[in-house]
Amino acid sequence: MSSSAAKEGLARALFAIAAAVSVLAVVLICVFLFANGVPAMAQIGLPEFLFGSTWRPANDLYGIFPMIVGSIYVTAGAMIVGVPTGLLCAIFLSRFASRGVAAALKPGVELLAGIPSVVYGFFGLVVIVPFIRENMPGRGLSLLAAALLLGIMILPTVITVAQSAIDAVPRKYYEGALALGADHERSVFRVIVPAAISGIMAAVVLGVGRAIGETMAVIMVAGNQPVIPGSIFDGVRTMTANIVLEMGYAADLHRGALVATGVVLFVFILLITMLFNAIKRRGEVK
Amino acid sequence: MTNAVMERTDAAVVPETGKSPVAFAAPVSEFSHTAVPVETASKMEVRDLDLYYKSFHALKGVNLTFPKNQVTALIGPSGCGKSTLLKSLNRMNDLVEGCRVEGSITLDGSDAYREIDVNNLRRRVGMVFQQPNPFPMSVYDNVAFGPRTHGIRKKSDLDDIVEQSLRDAAIWDELKDRLKKNALGLSGGQQQRLCIARALAVRPEVLLMDESTSALDPISTAKIEELVGELKKSYTVIMVTHNMLQALRVSDKTAFFLLGEMVEAGDTDTVFTSPNDARTADYVAGRFG
Repeated sequence: MSSSAAKEGLARALFAIAAAVSVLAVVLICVFLFANGVPAMAQIGLPEFLFGSTWRPANDLYGIFPMIVGSIYVTAGAMIVGVPTGLLCAIFLSRFASRGVAAALKPGVELLAGIPSVVYGFFGLVVIVPFIRENMPGRGLSLLAAALLLGIMILPTVITVAQSAIDAVPRKYYEGALALGADHERSVFRVIVPAAISGIMAAVVLGVGRAIGETMAVIMVAGNQPVIPGSIFDGVRTMTANIVLEMGYAADLHRGALVATGVVLFVFILLITMLFNAIKRRGEVK
Repeated sequence: MTNAVMERTDAAVVPETGKSPVAFAAPVSEFSHTAVPVETASKMEVRDLDLYYKSFHALKGVNLTFPKNQVTALIGPSGCGKSTLLKSLNRMNDLVEGCRVEGSITLDGSDAYREIDVNNLRRRVGMVFQQPNPFPMSVYDNVAFGPRTHGIRKKSDLDDIVEQSLRDAAIWDELKDRLKKNALGLSGGQQQRLCIARALAVRPEVLLMDESTSALDPISTAKIEELVGELKKSYTVIMVTHNMLQALRVSDKTAFFLLGEMVEAGDTDTVFTSPNDARTADYVAGRFG
């Protein structure tokens, strides 16, 4: 075997290993999650685990329904806050902002993406929570605080993805609309934005994924009571928070139940990713 | 607004007289400057038009009259300024950064750059582009976009306009069962005729066609050429074309451009058979371009 062939073989092996690492990681996580979580689910009973409304590990009651609802509420709240803001910002950056304004705003958005979530959590704790406590009912640590904070945190994801979708709309659509006598606003909102709809949906779905998986910032502002909240001013515990808060001291079935919570979260993320891919594919077919 | 949109250009006002050798046998300079004969009243006029892209002088002192209810073809080699002129007629050149226009363009005697609101100008002077550009929405919504833009909301009115526009563009029979289908699923030729229907739906007075058949197959091209012959009964048509046979087949008047100057304009037959300028003669004979 010549040395060049040997070199090539070596390079191939290196690349193959590098490529395998990420796949291997996913597989290992899957195996770990399911191997540890599924037996616990079986022991608790799947309906009791998923739909039981009481989480009291001391009494061997492991119902995660309040946490599932909590994650959904917090994510939905974050969407209500973050999606309109993010989309309008993306439309503004792509079609309305002058070059100078866009050049000033864009790094701000990018910086927002780089702030560690614990710093967001701290911001929520010292700004958002006291504000809610002083001006609204409840103790401040609440669903509302978590939704507001997460709404801000998903902005960079939503803005970046939506903006690139809007930027990618062919110029001929815009010109076609103008040539019919439509003004700039109408051309943008009635032709360009609808033309970018699959990319915009992808931005929203990625935002959902980001919000549902967020842990640290949520723990710091959400109150974390394992009870279905009665109003937006009540505390709420998400699935991620449930795992982090109790993993440190859990053992046996309690520990298994926390891993099983991770399994449920994993399934949620899996569904979101599949939805994202489906939307992307539909956009490409068009 | 609604009334203005619905008002149709009345073809009966200008009777079809066919080509009038008397009116357009005049030499170039007179063709553009003298009062136009009654039976071919002018719809748009270009006076001493200079156009610059930054420092590039793209159109040089162009004078041209577009007679009402006639098809005018703008011909010339690539880069001669014919598309630039077309795009300045509905101010699409405004989108080009660094574009500067001097001189005047009038529509029915009103200055297109100073006296007419730009959106209203673009409604009255419709445009069909080189590449078919239907919006990624249904056939119906494509045609209804313009009327909706100009304030027509009533479903029955929109239905009527959509049907009439598609009929005028000779594509109603092909599309009447596919109104809810996405327009991007149509063939290129169908897309282009849909774009013509979309342009007609706002009841324009002038229709600009920017090499609108160059991306199409010969059969689609023939259909559109036939359509243009019909459209001139109601509209003033101005078309840019690279295809000299097309200009000969379709147009009543022809203007020949070279390097930003309008070399010669007149009756299509005259320009092609006995041009005044040697450069025109060379071009139409296929010696360059």
